[in-house]
Amino acid sequence: MEGKSVVEVQDLRKTYGSLVAVDGVSFQVREGEIFGMVGPNGAGKTTIIECIEGLRRPDGGTLRVLGLDPQREGRALQPFMGVQLQESALQDRIRVWEAVDLFARFYRRAVEWGPLLEQLGLSEARNTAFAKLSGGQKQRLFVALALVNDPDLVFLDELTTGLDPQARRGVWDLIGSIRNRGKTVFLTTHFMEEAERLCDRVAIIDHGRIVALDSPEGLIRNIGAESRVVFIAAAGFDPGTLQGLGSVSRVEVIGDRVIVSGREDRLIVDVVNALNGRGWRFRDFRTEQPTLEDVFLALTGRAMRE
Amino acid sequence: MRGFCQLTWVELKLVLREPMLGIFTVVFPLMMLFVFGGVYGNKPSDYFGGYGMVDVSVPAWTGLIIATTGFLSLAISVATYRERGVLRRLRLTPVRPQAILGAQIAVLLFMNGMGMCLLVIAAKLLFGLRFQGNILSVAGGFALGSLSIFAIGFFLAGIAPSARAAQAIGMILFYPMIFLSGATIPLEAMTGAIRQYAKVLPLTHVVTLLRGLWIGDSWGQHLTEVAVLSGVLVVGVALSAWVFRWE
Repeated sequence: MEGKSVVEVQDLRKTYGSLVAVDGVSFQVREGEIFGMVGPNGAGKTTIIECIEGLRRPDGGTLRVLGLDPQREGRALQPFMGVQLQESALQDRIRVWEAVDLFARFYRRAVEWGPLLEQLGLSEARNTAFAKLSGGQKQRLFVALALVNDPDLVFLDELTTGLDPQARRGVWDLIGSIRNRGKTVFLTTHFMEEAERLCDRVAIIDHGRIVALDSPEGLIRNIGAESRVVFIAAAGFDPGTLQGLGSVSRVEVIGDRVIVSGREDRLIVDVVNALNGRGWRFRDFRTEQPTLEDVFLALTGRAMRE
Repeated sequence: MRGFCQLTWVELKLVLREPMLGIFTVVFPLMMLFVFGGVYGNKPSDYFGGYGMVDVSVPAWTGLIIATTGFLSLAISVATYRERGVLRRLRLTPVRPQAILGAQIAVLLFMNGMGMCLLVIAAKLLFGLRFQGNILSVAGGFALGSLSIFAIGFFLAGIAPSARAAQAIGMILFYPMIFLSGATIPLEAMTGAIRQYAKVLPLTHVVTLLRGLWIGDSWGQHLTEVAVLSGVLVVGVALSAWVFRWE
């Protein structure tokens, strides 16, 4: 079932001088989903999200956020949205609790900030000055500020950039919990793994355009990439054992390592059955599914991290 | 008004945590008092129209405090907030820009007032400072002087491309102005030509107005100063609103 649209973008355009940053982008974000925009740095993600937030004025197209125009009706919109910006800061000497308390008082409706800090793991740091916080703590504080007015729609722009892997996983759990409270999350990231893990739907952005928009599974299925099975075989392994199988398209043997490629869901079962049937011993058996990185490569002909 | 009071309170706490502003608004004027008062004393002399050096300098040094917060603190802090993205983040809250800037004004006005009060108390205790004006009149002149210099500070913050540039422009205006306006060296010590030139500096009018009100002049005797400072205030506010940028 599809929820109603909370963000509607129709043919959005934005240029900076001769640079076309956003080149006719249209999509909708549905109520209650985690919607992600992924793409390399400079693809136009931040420009798109900042147009939707009302920070930038589009050169063309129409925008509706919760039924309102963010340029003309931004003030009416502010109580209902929470924003974490890619580039912003707070006063160096403001303490964590002072910042959330201050922001909470800006709004008519606000949540208790004590439990919010607790949930974000900032209770210990409540008396720490902004300038003394670690990168992860600053990001979590910005998330707290984005949530303090109990918004319906939360924007998170490159939230985990600059975080170590452990902090990043913590933030992922957090984003999941925001959605579980019935809120809509709109995020941008250049980590494909992050989009795949978190998002219900993903728009892949490249050179200011949407090159694909679907669920991560749908995107991966649509490029028709092959899955791979990799294992270490006992000496004297005969690749012919697997080559005849209907689900297998290619078998490579590199030393004692065997890489079997194939397209069908039966691939794993077929390979294991064939190996067992012939009595071949094998170890370190693992499968490699195509990821959004492969989707990006297939759609643009370039790897993400170029 | 939502957010203005909370923002003012937080900004005041931040300013008190930052030693620099306290040093410039409180410690530095007191040092001037100790050094110049110690050297010249406060004996009435014809040179200062029958008043002592400290009597004419305390209202002038108040002009120095006003110049410090207006040209340096205000311009630099607003430009820094813009450069670092603090304004950008606040823009997405229901707080209006008037409340953000109003909080800065309220805090610096408070700091100016503190600096002036401590200076007056110390001058009274140590040098028997004479005061023949009306307290409300002096407070009014102090407020008018502060606000018109703040308006220039906001304009500076608006046109400066970066916080560093705001600091540089602020300094360039600040140093000639504090020495030529009578805020540090009494106007009596300057040649007529310099005194004429000094009249183009808004701070000269702040100093002249405060010194006049201090010894009991009526507002009517200072219509020039009032007109200049009111003009600077109105034009400064209009220009500041025009050049204001969130980022």
